Amino acid sequence: MLKAVSGNAVQTTSKKNIAQRIKKDLRKNKTYYIMLLPLILFYLIFHYYPMYGAQIAFKDFSVGKGIIGSPWVGLKHFESFFNSIYFTRLLGNTLVINLMDIVFGFPLPIILAILLNEVRCSAYRRTIQTVTYLPHFISTVVLCSMVKEFTTRTGLINVVITMFGGEPILFLQQPEWYQPMFVASGIWSECGWSSIIYMAALSAIDTEQYEAARIDGANRLQQMWNITLPALLPTIVIMLIIRCGKIMNVGAEKTLLLYNPATYKTADVIASYVYRKGILDADYSFSTAVGLFNSVINFIMLLSVNKISNKLTGSGLF
Amino acid sequence: MNSITSKDEKVFSAINVILLAVFGFICAYPIYYIVMGSFSEPMEMMKHVGEFLAKPYGFSLAAYKTVAENRMIPQGYLNTLLYLTVGLIVNMTFTSLGAYALSKKTMALRNPIMLMVSFTMFFSGGMIPTYLVVQELGMIDNWTAMVFPTAINTFNLIIMRTSFQELPEELFESMRIDGGNEWQIFFHIAIPLSPAVLAVIALYYGVYHWNSWMPAMLYMRTRENYPLQLVLREILINNDLSSMGGNASDGDQEYISATLKYATIIVATVPIMCVYPFLQKYFMKGVMVGAIKG
Repeated sequence: MLKAVSGNAVQTTSKKNIAQRIKKDLRKNKTYYIMLLPLILFYLIFHYYPMYGAQIAFKDFSVGKGIIGSPWVGLKHFESFFNSIYFTRLLGNTLVINLMDIVFGFPLPIILAILLNEVRCSAYRRTIQTVTYLPHFISTVVLCSMVKEFTTRTGLINVVITMFGGEPILFLQQPEWYQPMFVASGIWSECGWSSIIYMAALSAIDTEQYEAARIDGANRLQQMWNITLPALLPTIVIMLIIRCGKIMNVGAEKTLLLYNPATYKTADVIASYVYRKGILDADYSFSTAVGLFNSVINFIMLLSVNKISNKLTGSGLF
Repeated sequence: MNSITSKDEKVFSAINVILLAVFGFICAYPIYYIVMGSFSEPMEMMKHVGEFLAKPYGFSLAAYKTVAENRMIPQGYLNTLLYLTVGLIVNMTFTSLGAYALSKKTMALRNPIMLMVSFTMFFSGGMIPTYLVVQELGMIDNWTAMVFPTAINTFNLIIMRTSFQELPEELFESMRIDGGNEWQIFFHIAIPLSPAVLAVIALYYGVYHWNSWMPAMLYMRTRENYPLQLVLREILINNDLSSMGGNASDGDQEYISATLKYATIIVATVPIMCVYPFLQKYFMKGVMVGAIKG
């Protein structure tokens, strides 16, 4: 009893203390808090209010009733998404596109960086660097329109294919060819740019190592294998972990620009489906549920990726 | 022995140079093709359809003339410039003030606020709830929708905060002793001492506004408010050439459209390609900063 009373007393004094401390802190750091005001408002309005609004995934939202007034329906929307053909289709497409990109798109910047590193003539190296960075500066809309132009029957890509004796392929009309084109165009635009990070890692290698290897009689290929690649390995591991963290994520932008009803079967991903259902069909609750499912998966992916990185490299990504 | 090694060396170098040339060619040729195509005579281009282009077929500025006469493209340019300028001012103000304040360790609420900020990198309400908020605020079809929902990029904020943290505290202290208040310290010390990071972040925001079209597609209803990229989408992706003026007869339309599209692409890409060589080193610095501190 006595203990409880004294405990209470401690609590009230500490409460007072906290109030006082906050007051003191606010007074002392007034300017900082004023500087933070736009930031706090921004995050509350455009990040946390939408998070609060995401509860409509568990409701039957109608604009008239508002977020609060709409009735709860539990997991109805999630269930109908999990039971629809879209669930496996969207996840499958997302996985296939990302796996293709990891298998083909991930090693290329590394190869490019290693090749560039071997060039003795610095003018040539700089020219190639500048040229390979160029596609990065083409906007998504323009990139996709180039893909569209180049994959027509007489477009540039089909000119190349027919030159080698193949039949023209309408990449954006045939479901089986959509994904390779989606991935390839991404590689084209980002390959050079992604090599920068590896170039930086390579510039940190001590040239004496090459010197020593040469004296030991190692040829350029052996030097590449025994010095350059090991030096790159930590960067490669980190980049691969980060890349794998995004394996359940394909952005809406390129998909919305490149797909059409003929290729929905292989092109549709969660983000584009959410856009169609939510914005075009105004099925707010259902599309929010689909989006929320994706957010949760990505959240879990990021946490596990961080854990893996912690184990492998001793330092987390965040 | 020695001669064999040097021969090996030579073969290696040659293969390397060739492989890189192939890399470079694949990156550059599509862009070159578009440039050459845009200057071609539309009818000549049609005759040579399905062939490689080494130089323009004929020479014509007809496509550029059509682009210049178009109403939507200049309008889109103007809108993009407006959204970019106003957006950049808001971006930089919000981000630099917030980053500076968050770099101060004396604030008791610093860590909770930092947590609130960082959490948004891992979790978001999603496209639809955000759309509903923007709608609720009455920002639909208004320039504010292009500016405020993306006022701060958390990644950029953290980069900038780290950079402010690295400034020596003694500098601030000496100004405080001289009677300077925090605003003066911010404007006269923190900002002038961080030109590189400010340039990189401004560049990131600038490129974002230049390339962005999704928010405009979600929030803009009137075509007169479309930014350039959304206009481009109508013309290039949706094949909607109706805004391109009807001075070509229907039969010519299809063939003219190829050169016309190329010219549109060039007109829309030239500005960023022009500033790119001057800013390349900042871009690359940005990549490094982001990779190390992200």
